[in-house]
Amino acid sequence: MATENGTRRGYLLLSPTLAVMALAMAAPLALLVLYSLTAAPGPVLAGGPSLAQYGEALARAGYRALFWRSIAISALVTAVTVTLAYPMAYFVAFHAGRAKFAWAIALTIPFWTSYLLRVFAWKIILGYGGVINSALLSLHLISTPLSALLYNPFAVVVTLTHAWAAFAILPIYVSLEKIDRALLEAATDLGDGPARRFLRITLPLSLPGVLGAAILIFVPTTGDYVTPSLVGGPQGAMIANLIAIQFERVGNWPLGAALALASMAMVAVTAALFVTAARAAVRAVK
Amino acid sequence: MAFLSVQKVSKRFATLAAADAVDLEVPQGAFFALLGPSGCGKTTLLRMIAGFAEPDEGIITIDGAVMNGVPANKRPTNMVFQNYAIFPHLNVFDNVAYGLRKEGLGRQALRARVEAMLGTVRLEGLDGRRSDELSGGQRQRVALARALVRRPKLLLLDEPLGALDKRLREAMQVELRGLQKSLGITFLLVTHDQEEALSMADQVAVMSGGRILQIASPRALYERPNCREVADFIGEINFFHATVKSVEGETVTANAGVLGLLSIPKPNFGFGFALGDHILLALRPERITLEGGTVAGEITAASFLGERSHYQVRIAGRGEPVFVAASGPAPPGAVMLGWNPADMIALPFGA
Repeated sequence: MATENGTRRGYLLLSPTLAVMALAMAAPLALLVLYSLTAAPGPVLAGGPSLAQYGEALARAGYRALFWRSIAISALVTAVTVTLAYPMAYFVAFHAGRAKFAWAIALTIPFWTSYLLRVFAWKIILGYGGVINSALLSLHLISTPLSALLYNPFAVVVTLTHAWAAFAILPIYVSLEKIDRALLEAATDLGDGPARRFLRITLPLSLPGVLGAAILIFVPTTGDYVTPSLVGGPQGAMIANLIAIQFERVGNWPLGAALALASMAMVAVTAALFVTAARAAVRAVK
Repeated sequence: MAFLSVQKVSKRFATLAAADAVDLEVPQGAFFALLGPSGCGKTTLLRMIAGFAEPDEGIITIDGAVMNGVPANKRPTNMVFQNYAIFPHLNVFDNVAYGLRKEGLGRQALRARVEAMLGTVRLEGLDGRRSDELSGGQRQRVALARALVRRPKLLLLDEPLGALDKRLREAMQVELRGLQKSLGITFLLVTHDQEEALSMADQVAVMSGGRILQIASPRALYERPNCREVADFIGEINFFHATVKSVEGETVTANAGVLGLLSIPKPNFGFGFALGDHILLALRPERITLEGGTVAGEITAASFLGERSHYQVRIAGRGEPVFVAASGPAPPGAVMLGWNPADMIALPFGA
């Protein structure tokens, strides 16, 4: 059969990727699962599989608060980033004319510097003796530097939003770019003004890009470690910081593994709920 | 005033004039076609009428109301787009209902109107399909239903049959024509396909280079083109150079070189002329007979097309072949081309 042959060839083409994935992702993940089922720090699965670590991970109020905060911060980051990215992507797709490609490249320029540098940049901007405080001081708008700018969830949201902006712009741009301009004219022809047309045609048809962007930001930011540890302070700590502590400082690998897997599950469930809700909302628009 | 009136409308893109002082009057209830090769400005004219482009100069009125400056969504027109532009995220029902949602109809009334329109275009039972589940012909019907359900005063059709295969296209031509007659809505069709324009429209405007060359009924365009370009664009035709020799009463005698002296009825001249003028005589291939004529020739190519055959005939003293369409088989050997001079259309040379 031709299709069977085609399928086999497909897998053959994929095999290097599959091999890397198996080694670099599936194996560590399996190991993580085994660790999370281990009752106490020590050899893997010593004393048989146990769900004790999951009980510990979910029972403690402090841990649960960290889970919720991580979800809340990254949901906020996702919302702000996508909201800010959409108009930019819209501009490039519909109004940039021939400079489209140049704009698309220009939008990625902030990403030519390392992630760590971008986080440090925000530390400098938001810090006690930082850019914002010295500007406000020299304008005599405040008499003592504001300490509320850094080391809190706000700083984490600002930094993550900036750090992930381009990841939101590109998928939205691509989905807007793909929209057949005749559809927009057809909507106008059928009586829609610009606002109605946007809600009924442009937004639903760019939804795949919006969802892609949202997932692309929500998933990694929930588990982000660098930003909360550098600009978050105790109030802005997230679940990844706790997981790191379990692995590094406390040495409780089973608990760390259980926390990591629980956080993965939460991200997956939240993302699935979000996608379902967004799809339903757009389908209701006729 | 005509129902749709286009007065001295011009539109330029950089140095190219897409419309050059176009005048057009379309009566209410007409099926009107704008015919021309691609790039002749017909689509630009249609888009200016729909409101997707604004004329640089001139006025467009529909049913007495000036349309200049009126946005496309506020015009009493609807359009069937070239590739139909069916909304891919909506099913057939929602596509057709799209332009009615704002009208505040009740659920029942909306459904009734959409269903009735789907019946009119023979799409019953396909309400739930999406555009990728439809054939080309069905998409065409959805596009038509979506526009017509709004009961526009003027329906604009931009090459509506271009994407369909020949058989479907012919069936749709008959259907569109019937639909237009039964609904009584004014249709303005843009096409580059002369057969489409001739078979459907009451009136056809032939465009070229941003100008309208001739507006006439399909038969008049075919039988009485007013210039070489129109004659050439509408079907196959032979041109012969000639000079005006004399005029006696209703008969003009022209010297057509290899064809000899020909007596043409004066009404076949649609333009003013003087003795000695260089003119063109145009003759349709089906008006020429292969036997019993006076001009000897030799068939150099023949193609059998079913109900008739096309021949290329070489005659002495003429570089290009004469095209002849005949229904019977060609006689063996040399042919004697004949025609009735009353079938010759006189055209100004160089126009």
